[in-house]
Amino acid sequence: MKAPVSWIREYVDLPDDATTEDLTARLTALGLKLEAIEKPGDQITGPLVVGKVLTMEPEPQKNGKTINWCTVDVGAANGTGEPQGIVCGAHNFKPGDLVVVILPGGILPGNFEISARKTYGHLSAGMICSARELGLGEDHDGIIVLPADAGVPGDSAFPVLGLDDEVIEFEINPDRAYALSLRGVAREAALAYDAPYRDPAERSVPEPNGAGYPVEIDDPVGCPVFVARKVTGFDPAAPSPDWMVRRLTQAGMRPISLAVDVTNYVMLEIGRPIHGYDADKLSGPIRVRRAAAGERLTTLDGTDRVLSPEDLVVTDDSGIIGLGGVMGGETTEMSATTTAVLVEAAHWDATSMFRTGRRHRLTSEAGKRNERGVDPVVTQAAADRVVELLTTYGGGTADPGVTVVGIPPQQAPIEMAYDLPERVTGMPIDAATTVANLEAVGCELDKHDTTVVATPPPWRPDLNDPFDLVEEVARIVGYDQVPSVLPREAAGRGLTREQRLRRRVGRTLAGAGCVEVISFPFVGDAAFDALGLPADDVLRTTVRLANPLSSEEPSYTTTLLPGLLKAAARNIGRGASGVSLFETGTVAFPVDRGPAPIYGVDWRPTDAELAKLLEAIPEQPLHLAVVLSGERERAGWWGDGREAGWSDAIGIVRRLGTELGVDIEVVSAARAPWHPGRCARVLVDGAELGHAGELHPKVCQAFGLPPRSAAVEIDLDLLMRRARDVTPGPEFSTYPLAKEDVALVVDASVTTAAVESALREGAGDLLESIRLFDLFTGEQVGEGRKSLAFALRFRAADRTLTEEETAAARDAAVALAAERTGAVQR
Amino acid sequence: MSGPNTDYDPVEVTPLKPEEVEASRDAALAAIAAATDLAELKQARIDHTGDRSPLALANREIGALPPQARKEAGQRIGQARGAVNQALAARQAVLEAEHEERMLVEETVDVTLPTDRVPTGARHPLTTGAELIADIFVAMGWEVAEGPVIEAEWLNFDALNLGPDHPARTMQDTFWTEPADNHLVLRTHTSPVQARTMLTRTPPIYVVCPGRVFRTDEYDATHSPVFHQVEGLAIDEGITMAHLKGTLDHFAASMFGEGINTRFRPSYFPFTEPSAEVDLVCFVCRGAGVLDGAPCRTCRGEGWIEWGGCGVVNPRVLAACGVDAERYTGFAFGMGIDRTLMFRHGLEDLRELFEGDIRFTTAFGSDL
Repeated sequence: MKAPVSWIREYVDLPDDATTEDLTARLTALGLKLEAIEKPGDQITGPLVVGKVLTMEPEPQKNGKTINWCTVDVGAANGTGEPQGIVCGAHNFKPGDLVVVILPGGILPGNFEISARKTYGHLSAGMICSARELGLGEDHDGIIVLPADAGVPGDSAFPVLGLDDEVIEFEINPDRAYALSLRGVAREAALAYDAPYRDPAERSVPEPNGAGYPVEIDDPVGCPVFVARKVTGFDPAAPSPDWMVRRLTQAGMRPISLAVDVTNYVMLEIGRPIHGYDADKLSGPIRVRRAAAGERLTTLDGTDRVLSPEDLVVTDDSGIIGLGGVMGGETTEMSATTTAVLVEAAHWDATSMFRTGRRHRLTSEAGKRNERGVDPVVTQAAADRVVELLTTYGGGTADPGVTVVGIPPQQAPIEMAYDLPERVTGMPIDAATTVANLEAVGCELDKHDTTVVATPPPWRPDLNDPFDLVEEVARIVGYDQVPSVLPREAAGRGLTREQRLRRRVGRTLAGAGCVEVISFPFVGDAAFDALGLPADDVLRTTVRLANPLSSEEPSYTTTLLPGLLKAAARNIGRGASGVSLFETGTVAFPVDRGPAPIYGVDWRPTDAELAKLLEAIPEQPLHLAVVLSGERERAGWWGDGREAGWSDAIGIVRRLGTELGVDIEVVSAARAPWHPGRCARVLVDGAELGHAGELHPKVCQAFGLPPRSAAVEIDLDLLMRRARDVTPGPEFSTYPLAKEDVALVVDASVTTAAVESALREGAGDLLESIRLFDLFTGEQVGEGRKSLAFALRFRAADRTLTEEETAAARDAAVALAAERTGAVQR
Repeated sequence: MSGPNTDYDPVEVTPLKPEEVEASRDAALAAIAAATDLAELKQARIDHTGDRSPLALANREIGALPPQARKEAGQRIGQARGAVNQALAARQAVLEAEHEERMLVEETVDVTLPTDRVPTGARHPLTTGAELIADIFVAMGWEVAEGPVIEAEWLNFDALNLGPDHPARTMQDTFWTEPADNHLVLRTHTSPVQARTMLTRTPPIYVVCPGRVFRTDEYDATHSPVFHQVEGLAIDEGITMAHLKGTLDHFAASMFGEGINTRFRPSYFPFTEPSAEVDLVCFVCRGAGVLDGAPCRTCRGEGWIEWGGCGVVNPRVLAACGVDAERYTGFAFGMGIDRTLMFRHGLEDLRELFEGDIRFTTAFGSDL
């Protein structure tokens, strides 16, 4: 909402020295937030004065142009009172005209300094200005010719041109629709300065009579009040007055024609949207009703619309002529030949307006006001003001008929305890302040002992319950008066276990050289295809969005990998030689347990109802994904670097398991998007945690990643659920360690895990640790065989082991490995 | 060794003659002094204190002396050996010190060589930023509440007094899941977590709810369809706007430094009444609006930064969530984490947060 300061001052007696900055600061504190202050003349430095052209002598020039050598009376503004000699290239004026002159020493927009200079054989002392030169528009066809009554020579031209009139742009909250008018803004300004206020809607209006245009309302809920007035003999060519054009322009509206401008002007002034019909195009009585399904209307914007039974329409004998309160129809539109105007000022149901606007994707200045709630009482005043302006400037006659159908809706009274504002805001607010402030915003009060019953003014449909009144009282007291007090200390229990574990997982991964990324969780078939997921892959069953950002990515993702792989490729593309990334984020899997119910809001749903609602929400486990791509360890003076590979990926899962005290089991698996021979399925207590390993070569190619890039994706929720809760104090022996190394030859298909677990079991309780330290294949061990070398470490809790004991344990380990896996000791 | 002979005069045993003992001692001391490194000293030790050294041999002769002569000879030999051992130890210390000094010099490396074998990891500033905020509130005894991002429409809107005709519920603002009559949305704020908390817990409630939220905004330097919010909710007996102000002032000072407090401006949110916008004293110009003679860039010369929204929990919300509005009042607030980090760290483009460029993230390290 844009409001010229001069227009605000028309309705409120602000102190003369109140600056625009002070005004906006006070209005912002009241809830009308300053967006911007426009100062049209702030790029001009005077002297910029009214001048009267005394003489003008056309002088043709060699270059084909004709200039005018003028003398201009600028009063005493030039210090001498003598006429000023000025060369002017424009021709749209004559001696006797009032013009705008900038004198030497002045500065025009663009830092254009004016000085007396010799040109075309004369000393030109100043310039006669065009609108464009003053930054007032694009008009450069000629200089500005002022109306004869604009002022006398030597007057400052700033007020004449409105250059000193600052315009305030406010951001209006949805509950303050009344401030979408000068009437409302001025009312707040009056409140801000406790200054006298004149309501522009307060005017004597003619009594309704039976002679007006016939109107019938079939739906008094949708349209409680309809006022119709008529102006005839109107001159469609009559221009809008300059002051109106200027104010409309300042308020951000485009001047069109007198009839249209007047309706817009009155809407800005009083806040009531007005519709004007070409009265000669109307046939028969106007009727307001809901549309029937399938009815159509071509609105003013030329769009043919299919109407809904919820839409309110205005009809005459010809059919539908307008979408009530939102937009008129083409058939009765005012035009350049309209001489009779039927003025409609109607009150519309805000909810219907909102729904119709949304349904038809129509936003208009009228719709914006109607859907937020307009004062229902000012319809007659607004219509009368339109009639006044049309007849004043368009030369028509006001038809004596005045149609008023319906009764404005009443505001319900609200009872509030006097001390509620204090109890809610923590500011010391006594009953007298409460009463005064409620009266200041226009409430009618009925005062009781401990409570006050307030009937809000008709322009405040947003005031509906006691807390609404508290806000009104508090904002006038001033939000800057709210004390700053900490609430009592809460007995919180700190972070939850899961929250602590999540931080630990993040720090572990960062410690492992991985950088966290956050990607958008949207996915589409292209990403699933790039991952090589089969058509029936469970990850392709997604929660789809009804209105995705992009039709290419219509779903909430089921895997974090696409976003992560793209981020990795982006880094590689930007020159990184290697990149290790991780992301933790929720993925979603649809559940088919019916829609989530919509309950009422007057009381809490029952536990059973709540359970039904929660059940309908998709599964959203927290996942962790890692991608390791390209150089994992750098080459340097210390030696070679190392590319990331499958073992790094599995290593990361194992590292997390160690960190969280979870035993991770690794088995081989074939699962897209991993390399089928280099993919590990990782489990905890037999439950699948996820997968890790090298990505399939085609996947690396599809995402533009270096070959052998590796990745992990696991269910972090599951891992955290299995995390060790309380770590039991470890017991360990300080007796000497006994070391035994064994090398076992097994079939190449036997897994290390199988051999290791047999050794571990066979070695018994004396085994402290076991670790594979070498893997060897080659001729010595035979084709299709491999040698696994394990370091076994033995220790007893209560004694030094003898060589015999150690050897026996080792032999038992080897024997079980041989039995289980066919291992042969080398 | 000579055989026992009780008649011998001790001076008759040549190795035990004082001049012999002195000569052996002096030879030893000379050899020790002449040793220039630990190896030579080791040789001198073997030569002069070893089993075959003159002093060792002389020592063995003592047993052959008659008892009356042993004491004197023993003293003589003992003194000589003591002097030698002392000299050895002293020389050993000197040579070791020399050796160590030389070794330390020889082992000098170029410590400016790079050490970055494994690249550094980092956590995302949005993660660590949310943790920083959580920690500030946990220190006040609050708890951190969380909820799902795909949320029931009723929890995201109705329960929060955003009625069926609220503009935010249109397809222009909210992501809906298919089919739309499943009444599931991508949460547009973290407020449904507040609703869930009130629905399942009994006051007093003091929770912050950080998390990811969604709106169908264009993606540009200052807007993102996916962003992060933190909201707070306090429900207790006697809670007022003053407690809201106190909490936000404390939050601001903890996040941006002492003296950085907040200001309220009247505003409108369906879930709070009265409602306010929260502005933060610009922590760069400290409210002056001017820095080094030019308008402050962080607050664009206003001295204040728009931070978020807040207010007293609307009693309608309390009713829908089963909180006894006669007994309890509450306050709520919310702000963008992304935005907060943008001005805290002077970020120019919001999209940097979501690009995953490691150069951006590693700049923040693993904590904020």
